[in-house]
Amino acid sequence: MPSVKTTPAQYSAMAKEAVPPSPSFKNIPLAFLIGGLICMLGQGLLNLYQYWGLTLDRASGFVSITLIFLSALFTGLGCYDNIARHAGAGTLVPITGFANSVVAPALEFKSEGLILGLGAKLFIISGPVIVYGLAASWVYGIILMFMGYGGMK
Amino acid sequence: MFWEYAKAFLIGGLFCAAGQVLIDYTKLTPARILVSYVVAGVVLGALGWYTPLVEWAGAGATVPLTGFGNLLARGVRDAVDRDGWLGVFTGGLTAAAGGITAAVIFGLIVALLFRSKEK
Repeated sequence: MPSVKTTPAQYSAMAKEAVPPSPSFKNIPLAFLIGGLICMLGQGLLNLYQYWGLTLDRASGFVSITLIFLSALFTGLGCYDNIARHAGAGTLVPITGFANSVVAPALEFKSEGLILGLGAKLFIISGPVIVYGLAASWVYGIILMFMGYGGMK
Repeated sequence: MFWEYAKAFLIGGLFCAAGQVLIDYTKLTPARILVSYVVAGVVLGALGWYTPLVEWAGAGATVPLTGFGNLLARGVRDAVDRDGWLGVFTGGLTAAAGGITAAVIFGLIVALLFRSKEK
């Protein structure tokens, strides 16, 4: 016969069982799964383009362009957001997330005009990414120069 | 062949899982995560730590935005080696040009052709 009285330790064990796990328990594995699958798709394309005779660097560039194209298309069709709702960082962190951050606001703000709506809002998230990415690379360039790596060929 | 895909899945997945941890347990917004990943990629690339990861994980390391940052760092390094001070200013954007142009052009085309879905 189960006892009515419970110790605090038993209570917290019972509470742990009854309370649904925090969303992170689902979010993190889902992000891992979807993000991993996008990278596997990238690997498949990379192998395909190299099989077609491209060098690794060129193939890698075309993989980015292909993934950006697919992301833009799926964003336009409205399916990217549906996947992103479940995948979280899984669709954000790959380069497809960068493309989505360009296309989604461009679509949304098209109604505010082609120049200050579509044209300006297209950069609302990718703008900062480019600004700080370029700034970081510029600082790295300065450091390289002062370390004596600069050439003039 | 199988291991190639497994490594891409594993490393790419880990980058994304780390991003999800940042979303769930810190106040970082998605926009900040995108910026942080690219800047982190530049730093890792500058330290020379990212290239071994790319060699091991392939697309698992190049597809996440840290790979984009690494590309910027590599672009600057090559340009500085070739053009000196001019390279400091041209290297990053030159390396990023393909990705940025693709995103802008496909973004423009899609935004012109499609209608925003009302939620």
